[in-house]
Amino acid sequence: MLFWTTIKIALRSMLANKLRAILTMLGMIIGVAAVIAMLALGNGAKSRILGWVSRMGKNTITIFPHNPKMPPVLNGSAEPLSLGDAHAMLSIPGVKYVSPVVTSGDPVKWGTNETFCNIVGCASTYIIIHDFQVQSGHMFNDFDTRDRASVAVIGPETATRLFGSQDPLGHTITISTERFQVIGVLVPKGRHGWFDPDNQVLMPYSTAMTKLMGRAVALNHIDMQVEHAVDLTPVQNKAEKILRIRHSLIQGDEDDFWISNQLQVITMANNIGGAFTMFLGSVAGISLLVGGIGIMNIMLVTVTERTREIGIRKAIGARRRDILRQFLIESVLVSLLGGLIGVAVGVVAAHFVKFRNFSGQVEPHMVILALSISAAIGIFFGYYPARRAAGLNPIEALRYE
Amino acid sequence: MVELKNKSSLLEIRGMVKRYTLGETEVLALNKVDLTIEEGDMVAITGPSGSGKSTLMNILGCLDDFDAGSYVISGEDVSKLTGDKLADIRNRLIGFVFQNFNLLPRLSALENVELPLLYSAHKDAKTAARKALEAVGLADRMHHEPTQLSGGQRQRVAIARAIVTNPAIILADEPTGNLDSRVGREILDVFHNINDEGRTIVIVTHDANVARHCRREVQIRDGQIIDIIEHNRAARELVAQAG
Repeated sequence: MLFWTTIKIALRSMLANKLRAILTMLGMIIGVAAVIAMLALGNGAKSRILGWVSRMGKNTITIFPHNPKMPPVLNGSAEPLSLGDAHAMLSIPGVKYVSPVVTSGDPVKWGTNETFCNIVGCASTYIIIHDFQVQSGHMFNDFDTRDRASVAVIGPETATRLFGSQDPLGHTITISTERFQVIGVLVPKGRHGWFDPDNQVLMPYSTAMTKLMGRAVALNHIDMQVEHAVDLTPVQNKAEKILRIRHSLIQGDEDDFWISNQLQVITMANNIGGAFTMFLGSVAGISLLVGGIGIMNIMLVTVTERTREIGIRKAIGARRRDILRQFLIESVLVSLLGGLIGVAVGVVAAHFVKFRNFSGQVEPHMVILALSISAAIGIFFGYYPARRAAGLNPIEALRYE
Repeated sequence: MVELKNKSSLLEIRGMVKRYTLGETEVLALNKVDLTIEEGDMVAITGPSGSGKSTLMNILGCLDDFDAGSYVISGEDVSKLTGDKLADIRNRLIGFVFQNFNLLPRLSALENVELPLLYSAHKDAKTAARKALEAVGLADRMHHEPTQLSGGQRQRVAIARAIVTNPAIILADEPTGNLDSRVGREILDVFHNINDEGRTIVIVTHDANVARHCRREVQIRDGQIIDIIEHNRAARELVAQAG
């Protein structure tokens, strides 16, 4: 009963000082809105990265020819990844597909049209490993690989750039001086940052290695897919053992290659995304602190202004805790109300603000977090003014003009 | 008037001493004051400013502590009590009426009167507050806020707030000081009415006219009681009629 009366009184005194209440709440509104928007943005970035990682295939393992743990000078002496290495991977139980990959960036021409894109020499299984779909035509097959056929499967972006609205199938494109027949076009996956999976040309690795890369034998990476996620680590360990033997590494030597699996990438993306979100959130949290100080300031003014009221209440029997509670309820009410409005503003802002190509994603736990922080700020910054009010001497308070 | 026949001392002060230090000088605001007030009495405490009557009022109202002596109200020794215990005594045993009304703005008359009951977790504050307002003749103004009420009406609300807890004693500090004489007399009539119902009233005043309305007048000078004057009933009624 006293509780509701106290809230009623607090609301009425806020209504009587509308501008002041709004200005005080504004600090909280901005703070909470910033926290919500930043957390949502960080979260959006994280899920965008994770979405992209998972769109690039499931249960994949990639082997790179250099070990980032090794100093660059030693990396130069590392034995490159060979086709033999890639074939050796097929013997590991649990491995579904293996594709050696060679890449280069080259201008691709059709008639007078030209575009610069990523040339990927790979096995026919590459599109299964990375979950590409062919929208028209077909993927090259193992016979094409065996025969070093001059065929290419191109990304939808590449198709548009070279052929506009024309059907690219059957046309011949030129890379350096070599000519390739377009036999398939991929389904778009969506660009991510600097890497555009939709602007690339796939061809048999044998073709790429002999015709474009000057009979190179070094692979850029080996991509593979395992049957189940639980196979990732055992397969990775086995691959490491096999490669160490194949590269004649003795005990004590560092690996001269680097194996990463998709789970590690996801974990890393999660960690980076989490750190990013935390960073954004804490920067926004500073404005919450400022909002809290604003509340404390205004509560101190309120206590001074209402000294006489406090005296009256004490004279008619209010105990210390009654006064303390009254002013705490008031400050929590202001901060919580500000917090609620802030959440609304933050949710709207997160929805509309698009940063590069990801937008904010609000989750319920963020709203709960923001509101709890608001209430905590109300208590924390309201406590000192409330304690000051509770400690007033009733006689002096009654005499206060 | 039945209550007056079995008088018992409701309030007893013995050897009350209160000192203030102003800079380096020490002021003896109350110097060994003895005072007994019986149940149902209506007492005026008079004296010039600086005489110690406000100090006495604050101590009687359990708002202030004192340096020596004892104070028993309604059988409870409050001499050693502090803080929240005194707040509890104020809530249960004392009703205050102030010169400047001291109502809370933005609360209706009814809510102002309810307030003391809310601090004691009273079960039906609304009904009790309504009855108290009816007793002071404000049944039709319950939902007005103080700013919508005249001075006399505000003081009636304050009196209702003082009696709503059914306290042992009503302490009024210059209750007519901010009112014109006609309204002041009406307020004194209210005090007479509630005194006739058996309530004990102490009025601190420097107005001799107000003092003559009371049964007894305690005169204070320099922190000591110099005289206690009995105003007889006939004279009081004469004052009431003439005033």
